[in-house]
Amino acid sequence: MITGVCLRLIVIAVGLLTVAQAHARGVYQEPAAFIDEVFAGDPPVPKALWISGKAREGAERILGHPPPSLRVRYWQREKRTAWILEEIGKEQPITAGIVVDNGQIERVKVLVFRESRGWEVRYPFFTDQFKGTRLGADAALDRSIDGITGATLSVRALKKLVRLALFYHQWVSTDP
Amino acid sequence: MKKRWSPLAACSLALLGASIPAEAAGTPSLEQMWELIQRQQQEIERLKALNRALEQKMDAAGEAIDQARQAAAQADAKAGPGTVAEAHAESGAHTPFHHGLSGRTTVGGYGELHYNNLSGKGGAKDKDEIDFHRFILFLNHEFDARTRFASELEVEHAFVEDEGNKTEENTAPGEVALEYAFVERDLTDQLQLRAGMLLVPAGIINETHEPPTFYGVERNPVETNIIPTTWREGGVSLIGRPAPGWQYDIVLHSGLGISGGSNFAVRDGRKGVGKAPANDPAVTTRIKWTGFPGLELGAAFQYQTDIGQGTDPSVGSAHLWEGHAALTRGRFGLRALYARWDLNGPGPKSVGADVQEGWYIEPSFKVTPEIGVFTRYNVWNNQAGQKGPTEKRQWDVGLNYWPHADVVFKVDYQQQENEDGKDQNGFNVGVGYMF
Repeated sequence: MITGVCLRLIVIAVGLLTVAQAHARGVYQEPAAFIDEVFAGDPPVPKALWISGKAREGAERILGHPPPSLRVRYWQREKRTAWILEEIGKEQPITAGIVVDNGQIERVKVLVFRESRGWEVRYPFFTDQFKGTRLGADAALDRSIDGITGATLSVRALKKLVRLALFYHQWVSTDP
Repeated sequence: MKKRWSPLAACSLALLGASIPAEAAGTPSLEQMWELIQRQQQEIERLKALNRALEQKMDAAGEAIDQARQAAAQADAKAGPGTVAEAHAESGAHTPFHHGLSGRTTVGGYGELHYNNLSGKGGAKDKDEIDFHRFILFLNHEFDARTRFASELEVEHAFVEDEGNKTEENTAPGEVALEYAFVERDLTDQLQLRAGMLLVPAGIINETHEPPTFYGVERNPVETNIIPTTWREGGVSLIGRPAPGWQYDIVLHSGLGISGGSNFAVRDGRKGVGKAPANDPAVTTRIKWTGFPGLELGAAFQYQTDIGQGTDPSVGSAHLWEGHAALTRGRFGLRALYARWDLNGPGPKSVGADVQEGWYIEPSFKVTPEIGVFTRYNVWNNQAGQKGPTEKRQWDVGLNYWPHADVVFKVDYQQQENEDGKDQNGFNVGVGYMF
């Protein structure tokens, strides 16, 4: 019996190797397409937020490390902003598109996922939990987000990005 | 959030202020006022244009700096594949180091120190010892975006020693061992192939067992004695994700090799993939569902044609069933697991080891994000096929404190109610980390 099982497994594995399609791993939506979709095909001209001074301190507190660049691009129309942000889960960066409307999360979408574990964070059953969240005290989310067993680090990275988008939104919304 | 004067506003104010004293000598006429306003308007327009030019220069400078940073990081990742290398370059932080001709290498680790203070009764031994139980280093390498290597090297119980240095008092309890080491290839976005030394996909903590991820100083006794964590075997596996939240594993791997010397206990059948017998491989399948936030449901089945690896004719085939649920909702957590082995052959049956089973249930509550409390009730029996007093039961109650998400301090109290009356009761203290 065991020999038969082995042979079947080997045949399946070889077959899958042969037909495997080589395409970009884990790119679910190009950032440009996400922005286009968010603004119904008519995105505003992107702006740049300079991450310096207190903005940098706040971003560093949320991320737990210095923000990776001096500026971050965003798209704004009235009280609605859209952000493309990245953070590493365990080893690889996760790229997320985040839309904030009047200080609360409208949409979170994982655009590129490169980790070998924790892939569940890309599905709406997880990301929909963020809808309506705001920044609470100490730049924490105002509600708890249920994690995924075995995907702790990816969940943590997504939470950081959502907090960061809310923080940046707050910053650009009050900037004179 | 913040208030600041723009250079334009500041200059306009200064200009206005400078103009007023000049006209203060007498009340200006309407014509003079008009001329003044005109001059100010021209100055405002000039300053606006200057401000725009400055903003453009700053933007260009920022762009150049960011591009230079990305270029530097990409140059560092010169041999790496495009997508991931660029992503690392853009993210800036946590950039792995590069080694060899291609790809990226990352290191990490976890560890835990335990102090056990247990009193034995009914013939059980006292235990009063401190032990750096596990020190593990990860070494992972990504060859390209779809092919990677992962490994864990473990030093258990702090140190090992030459045989010649061992004495009756100093038995050097430690070991150095591979926990796993495999190559993984993404066949498609939904299907992976792994080959090497693998963690057997059964139970909750066999694959995810970093100390900050579970309650209790010691790993629970059911996933120690029935599912012999850390359980690794050599083999090949297919991992599929056919639909959101669903995962299946099919693994063909080396099997256990139990013997009568330890009453056919499955834990003692682990061979560690070191010149291990491979006469009778095993097949493990698992299905897992995580399609609801905070919930994992999993079930595993394993079959082995000869769990004695041909060394004992009194031992035959064996199979394992395991099912578990792990739930986290807000501050509440709940873990529950059941596992059962059925062993064929007269040898295991003669000592009741033809059935080996256990279960536990573990509710927990986060008092704050940093502090969680739990209790756990464990029942297990490695000789459940007989009616003798072999069942073991243990209550645990304790606390985890996470000063950082990756660091944990733990304390718990254990109370045993074993059928044979040999109990070890007392408290355990530990510290653990991962990075």
